[in-house]
Order: sequence, then structure tokens, then C-alpha cells
Amino acid sequence: MMTGPILRILGRSGVLFLSAVIAVALIVPFCNLVFPPSSPLHVPTYLVALWGKYICYAILALSIDLIWGYCGILSLGHGAFFALGGYAMGMYLMRQIGTRGVYGNPILPDFMVFLNWPELPIYWYGFQHFPYALLMIVAVPGLLAFVFGWFAFRSRVTGVYLSIITQALTFALLLGFFRNNFGFGGNNGLTDFKDILGFNVQAQGTRAALFAISCIALAIGFIICRALVTSKFGKVLVAIRDAEARTRFLGYRAESYKLFVFTLSACMAGIAGALYVPQVGIINPSEFSPANSIEAVIWVAVGGRGTLTGAVVGAILVNYAKTFFTSGTLVPYWIMGGCVVIALAGLSWQRLQTLYGAAAGAALAAGITQINYVGPIGSFVLAGLFILVAMGRGWHALPVGAIFGALAFGFLSTPLATLGLAPFWLFALGGLFVAVTLLLPRGVVGTLEQWWTEWQEAAAAKQLAKPDAAQPMTSGEPSPRPAE
Amino acid sequence: MRFLRDRFVALLLAALIAAVAAPAAQAASLAEALTKFTTDEFSDTAEAIADVAGSGDARATTIIEALQDGRLLYNGEQKTVFYKDKSGKLIDAATGQAVAGDPPANLAAVRINNRIRRSIDAALGELTLRAPDPAKRFDAAQAVFKSRDANALESLDAAIAKETDLRVKKAFAEARAAIVLYQAETSEADKLDAVAVVRARGDQDALQLLGGLPNETPASVRTAARDAVAAMQSQQAMWSTVQNVWYGLSLGSVLLLAAIGLAITFGVMGVINMAHGEMVMLGAYVTFAVQELIRTNNPGLFDYSLFIAVPLAFVVTGLVGILIEQGIIRFLYGRPLETLLATWGLSLVLQQAVRTAFGPTNKEVGAPSWMSGAFNIGQINVTYGRLWIIVFTLAVFAALLALLRFTRLGLEMRAVTQNRSMAASMGIRTARVDALTFGLGSGIAGIAGVALSQIDNVSPNLGQSYIIDSFLVVVFGGVGNLWGTLVGAFTLGIANKFLEPFAGAVLGKIAILVLIILFIQKRPRGLFALKGRAVEA
Repeated sequence: MMTGPILRILGRSGVLFLSAVIAVALIVPFCNLVFPPSSPLHVPTYLVALWGKYICYAILALSIDLIWGYCGILSLGHGAFFALGGYAMGMYLMRQIGTRGVYGNPILPDFMVFLNWPELPIYWYGFQHFPYALLMIVAVPGLLAFVFGWFAFRSRVTGVYLSIITQALTFALLLGFFRNNFGFGGNNGLTDFKDILGFNVQAQGTRAALFAISCIALAIGFIICRALVTSKFGKVLVAIRDAEARTRFLGYRAESYKLFVFTLSACMAGIAGALYVPQVGIINPSEFSPANSIEAVIWVAVGGRGTLTGAVVGAILVNYAKTFFTSGTLVPYWIMGGCVVIALAGLSWQRLQTLYGAAAGAALAAGITQINYVGPIGSFVLAGLFILVAMGRGWHALPVGAIFGALAFGFLSTPLATLGLAPFWLFALGGLFVAVTLLLPRGVVGTLEQWWTEWQEAAAAKQLAKPDAAQPMTSGEPSPRPAE
Repeated sequence: MRFLRDRFVALLLAALIAAVAAPAAQAASLAEALTKFTTDEFSDTAEAIADVAGSGDARATTIIEALQDGRLLYNGEQKTVFYKDKSGKLIDAATGQAVAGDPPANLAAVRINNRIRRSIDAALGELTLRAPDPAKRFDAAQAVFKSRDANALESLDAAIAKETDLRVKKAFAEARAAIVLYQAETSEADKLDAVAVVRARGDQDALQLLGGLPNETPASVRTAARDAVAAMQSQQAMWSTVQNVWYGLSLGSVLLLAAIGLAITFGVMGVINMAHGEMVMLGAYVTFAVQELIRTNNPGLFDYSLFIAVPLAFVVTGLVGILIEQGIIRFLYGRPLETLLATWGLSLVLQQAVRTAFGPTNKEVGAPSWMSGAFNIGQINVTYGRLWIIVFTLAVFAALLALLRFTRLGLEMRAVTQNRSMAASMGIRTARVDALTFGLGSGIAGIAGVALSQIDNVSPNLGQSYIIDSFLVVVFGGVGNLWGTLVGAFTLGIANKFLEPFAGAVLGKIAILVLIILFIQKRPRGLFALKGRAVEA
């Protein structure tokens, strides 16, 4: 049976996280397709696309966490691999337009007709075939990462130097893709997509399917990463992260390990980009901008590097906050609350009590926010608050927490949402960078894990102190500690 | 006595008549010439143009230009000629007085055809060749050089004889040579002389002129021309090299200016300050604020605005830098990657703060009078703005070197860089030195902002465009070495400008980025790497 080893690799938190992802993959499209728009359980299609985008970002964050959290390689150019995967998918989608373009040319995409190109450039050949495009989605970022890493790791470019040259890499690609004669649509990029595998990209069903596929890709990526970092290979990676020279002296070829994990991570980023493009409907050179890559790094930092779930949580948290700030888009509270509860509860498998408390708290918060129009942030933070309260103080704190949370966030989020928050987003994002590095170096998930471990140790110590002590509880798998 | 008095009166009268008669004679010839316009015959009109141009009257140009535009009117019966000036007022051509009251009846425009147009052009060319303003004469000579109008030859000869301005005289000679070369009837010796004259000119126009000689040119002249073209081309190649070096120095000085503060914070302290570009931006905005204050309060001081802005920008950004060090970076020493993230976040906050305070649009920062304008050295054009920026950059660099070398702070800074714990045990307050060093680096970035405000758009995004470049300069030059930064900046600047003609601006930049990436593989610690213990710090 395969399930045995897989379950052992994932650990309990991993299983919970995965079941949450799969649940979302099933529930969101289901609620989108089955319930009519009038139903309160209906998930609007634009939200499906929006959340699909978040999931793609989560895959990107996962890929960054794999190399940064476990191997100490801070890449400030991972957006480049994401965008390359996206361009490969975009090229396939462009070729599918066929004669439906503005100029009706059966072979050339519109921008090439516009630029008077006589024929398709060689590197566009074959992209009308989906399997070939799929291959390129993985191969192009992978190859670039391999070549880049081959040079960089072999000459032992590490730390800040590596970060700067990865940034230079994505900057060079940004400049290149802005050029019209590069053959990728220049400034405008690739857009106006019609079909993917014969299905209309805009259709509700396609979007729901793409969402589900993104979730499955996230789940597979998570399994691969978890398998990698819990294996002996993963131990070597952590050793390289914490003491590269010592690992090398012990006889491990550090550069080969780094090269493998860097290339794998680039392939994952490429897949994330490829899933991102049909859901967003456009890919343009701004995806290469160094700022995007650095922002992706901060998702991981917020969630907690060195915790794979943290990367995913961080990506969704930051991007959700971004959406809230810049467009005020609201997400059905119950989905939001439910996801947070399931994701966070993954950390506290053994304490079902906490799970119940959190679920009850989230449901309560969602109910309150629905009534008071507090908005999603309210329910979102309330849910987290409830978990913390339930973990730390016990059941009796629930009603106090509920009242306090509802008041505080009702007070805060209602006027903020009507003010027009877009100008404050950069303040918030910038503040997040500073605050996370200064105050929360382990990230949200990492800090919660730490609290949980400490709390359990304290409980175990208390039990040991009693003469008739039961077996001490063991904590979940030990979490690797991020390097300083 | 009486006799004497009569003589005196007579003399006086004669003088008076002479004084009046000279312009009268001229006016008469102009009037005479003008009457030829009234016959409505093309041949007469052509003569009239030549006569008017030859009359030497100040209004000649105006009249012929009026003819060219169809604004010259005549009355066939009264033999009078008028022209309308640009505003449409009717003016008597003979006297130059505006016609009062109703315009005379039966006015018709003097007709022109292609032949007349040619004579008009020639006449106007001749007239400007005699214009009182040397700059106009020079322009006319350049025009003739390009048009090679054989009709202008005579008037050119006359003009050369009279010319006193050496520069204009040279231009006339070149124009004459151009005509001679393209005229079939001139002698071979004349043509050879002309080739020599054109060769001395040596620019792109001269190259074109000698390259396209007509087929009937004698063989000896052709050979001379070919030699001249070859010589001029090699000379031009040299000048274009010089020009590339100059542009490269200019770009390099901008890079150096942006990177020099980073060389302190990153190079000496090892702190990755991604908000460095925003310090540059703040410096530029300080300049803007100073200029705004001067504009509203004391416009006379405008030329000194940069002298006020430089120390002010240093102080403002230096203080901001110390604040950042004390508030954030202090807690992150030894964690370079997290410093990078925190300062990046800070850069977002600073950008947005400036955007909120000053608005997202570009702000106009003016150049003081001593920075505008340009001059030529050989064939390259040197703008004062760029020149001053190079001078300023080198001055800042020298001042910084001196500060590090000769002051107490510089000594302490070097001590802390080389061995922190030893410096601390010798009684140096390392935390204070750290703060001051960071403040110094930020202050220099602010000064850079003052200079960059002169050549770049002052917008909240100003800093972002420099940050990657400046990091590459510092890394390329070698961390912890100011001379490395200098060499790195100028190398990158010049390399960029030499690549541009082959690859274009964007591809050149990409090539530079790729080259640096490859270079770092080869020498991971830069051009001038630190050796010894400092490497591990």
C-alpha cells in the first residue's frame, strides 16, 4: 500500500493541511456551479478566479520556501521562473486563438501581424500542441535555473551576492521581454485568450476546473516538498542552510544538492505561472519586475519560512490583504473562516478541543460579521483570535473573545473599508516587511508552532510533576528552525 | 570776412547735401528697382529682384520675402509697389511708411514662377550672406554648403573678401569649395584646393559631400577625395570613441554617485540597504523643496539653490539614515537577508509617503544658469550639466576618501570594519560608529539625489531605477573598497556606452547584466576583493 509511507511522510499536520486543500478544491467549485447566484452559499465566479490566483501564488511561495526555508538560498528572482512558465502557457493559449484574433491570421498572433512579421519565429513552433507546451512550462524555467545555478553554486556565490544576481537576472529578463522584437508581445504581453484544450477560458465551468486543478497542483507540490524535506536529502539541505562549509567538509557536494533543489523549485514556480495565466487572462513583462519577486519572498516570511504550510498561509494572507486594501473585494466569510480554521487547526491535531473551539468561534464570528457588516477581515482575524484564546485560556474565554473581537474589528474595518484603502496598501505591505523581520522572524505559522510546542512541553512537565503521571504527550514532528 | 562766411555757409551746405544725398541715391535705386515689379513681366521681375538685392537697402530682405509669400502688391498705373507685413498692414515699399487711410485701388500681387523662385532663393541667400549678424552669416554659409547652389558663388566670393570674422570666413570658404567641387567648369587645381578645404572640415556633411562627387570629376580629384574620405573616417572613428568615453564617464559618474553611499553602508558595514535608492529620492525632493522656497521667497537666489540643497540634503537624509539604523537595522546585524527584506519594506513605505506628501507626478527641478548650456570640443558636444556632475562626483568621492583617511570618525569606522570586538575593547563605541556610518552613507545618497535631480525625473520612483545598478556597481567593484566602486562605476558606464551602438540601449543593458552575472561567478568577491580576516566578517 502506498498510503502508509505517504501518511508517514506528511505527518498529521500535513494530512490535515492536504485535506483542507482538497476540501477547498471540491467545495469552492461545487458552490460556484451548483448553487444559483441568489443562494447565500453561492461563490461568485470572479471569486473563484481570484482564489485561483491566490492558490497559484501559494505554489510559488511553496517553491520559494523550499529553497529559502530549507536550503538558505534567498532568490529575489523567482518571479522570473513564474513568469516564464506563464509565458509558455500564454504562447499555447495564443496559438489556440487561431482565426478569431482581430486580424484573423490563422497562425500569427495579433501582435505579430501588427508588427508585420512575415512568419512565426522558430521558438514559437510546436506551442499549438498542449503536451509540448506542458513540457516547456517545466523545461524552460528548469533549464534556466539549472544553467544559472550551475554557474552560481559551483563558484560558491552565496547569501546576499546570490540574491543580488538573481535580482539582476529577473531585471534583465524584464528589459528583454519589454522589447517588441523579442517576439513575446512586448509591453502588452500575451492576452485575449479564447480556448484551453477546447474549453472557453472565460466559461464558469473552465474557471472552476482550473481552480480545482490549481488546488491539486498545490497539494502535489506540497507532498513533493514534504517528502523531500523529511527525507535524508532534506536533512542535508538543512545542514547546508545552517553550516554550508561544515557540510562540505563532511563529504557532501553542497552545490549538487543546491542545484537540484533550485531547479526543482524553478519548475514548481513555472507550473504556478502556467496555472496563473489562464485564470488571470494576461501575462505581461511586469511579472518579471524585481518587486514582484521580493513580494513573493515576504509571503513566505509572513507565513513562516521553514514551514511549508506557512508559505501557503502567508501567500494567501498577504494577497487577501492586498485585494482587500486595493479593491475592497469581499469574500464569503464562511469560506474564509473555514479555510483559516482548517489550516491553523492542522497545527494542533491532538487538541480536538481547540479545533472545535476554533470552528465554533469562527462560525460565531462569521455570524456576527454577517449581522454587523463587519467585513471579512473581521471574521478572519476573529477566527484566529478564537483559536488563540481557546488554546491559551480554555473554553470560558470564548464569549469574551467573541465580544472583544467583534467590537474591535467592527470598529476598525467598517470605516476603513469605506475610506478607500488603496493608497495605504504600500504602507501596509512595507510595514509588514519591517514588522515581520523585526517582531515575527518565524512568521505566523512558525510562531504558532513554537507556542504550541512550548505549551505542550509545559503541560507535559505539569503531568510529569504529578506522581500518577500518564505518558507525556509528544509534540508533532519537530519543525526545522530557520537559519539566522 | 564776408567772403569767408560765404565760403563757410557753402561748405556747410555742401556737407549737408552730401549727407542727405547718399541715402537719397540709395532710395532712388531702390525705387528704380521697384518700378520694374510693376511691368508684370517675369524677366523684369527677375531683374528687379537682383536690383533690390543689390541696392543694399535694409528693407531688401523684407521686400523679397514678401514677394516669395505673394504679399508684394503693385499698382500698374501709378507705378507704385506695396507689401503687406505679417500682420496684414499695407506698407509702401519705396518709403517704408505704412499706408494711411484706405488702400489704393487696383492692387495686384506680383506674379512669380519657378524661375523667379530660384532667383528669390539665391537673392535671399546672398542677402543673408551679408547679414550684419555673424551667426546668421554662418548659418547662411552652412545652407549654401548643403545646397551647393552655383548662383551663390559670386556673392560668396564678394562676401569672403569682406568677411572679418574668422569662423564665418572659414564657413564661407567651405561653402565655396562645395560649390566648386560640384561645378563642371572649374579647373582641376581649384578642385584639389577645394578637396583640401572640405577635408579640413571633417564632419559627416563633408564626408557625404566628398563621397558623392559627380561623375565628370577628374581622376586626380577623385583620388584626393578618396584619401580625404578615408582620413576623415578614421578621424571620425576616433572622435566617436572619444564621445563614447565621454558619455561613458558621464553615465559612470551617475552610477558612482548613486553607488558611493551604498559602498559605505553595504561595502564597509555589510548592511544591505534596499532603501538606499529612496535616500537618493529624498535628496532630490529636498532640492525640489529648496527651489520651491526660493521661487516663492527670493527668486534672485535661484542660481545658488544647489549650494543650499547639498548640505541640507546631506543633513536630512543623514538623519533619516540614523533613524533607520536606530529603529530597524540595529536589531538585524548579522542577518543580512532579513535586513534586505526589512529595508525593502521601508523603501515601499518611504516611496508611498513621498507620493502621499508630494503627489505621484514628476516634480520640476530647474537647472541654475551656470549648469545649462554646452560647448564643443572637437566634434563632441559637452553639456555643462554633465560636466559639473562628473566634477561633483569626483569631489564627493575625494571628500569621502579624505574623511575615511584623515578624520577621527574615519579611523573609528575603519577600525570597526576591520575588527569589531578589538575596536570595542580599545574604547570605540561601536554602536555609535555604526549609526554614524549609516548616516554618512545615507547622507551621501542624499547628495547624489541633489545631483541626479538635474538629469532625471524627480518622482517617487526615482530611487528604484538606481538601486539594482548601484548594487551591481558595488558588487562588481568589490565590497569594502571605495576605489573598486570608482573603477566599477566607470567601467560599467563606459562598457554600457560602447555596447549601445552595436546592441541598442536595452540589449546593451541586458548584456551588461549578463556579463556581471558571469563575472560574479568568476570572482565572487568582485574586482578588488578584500583579503584576510575581513572576508569572513
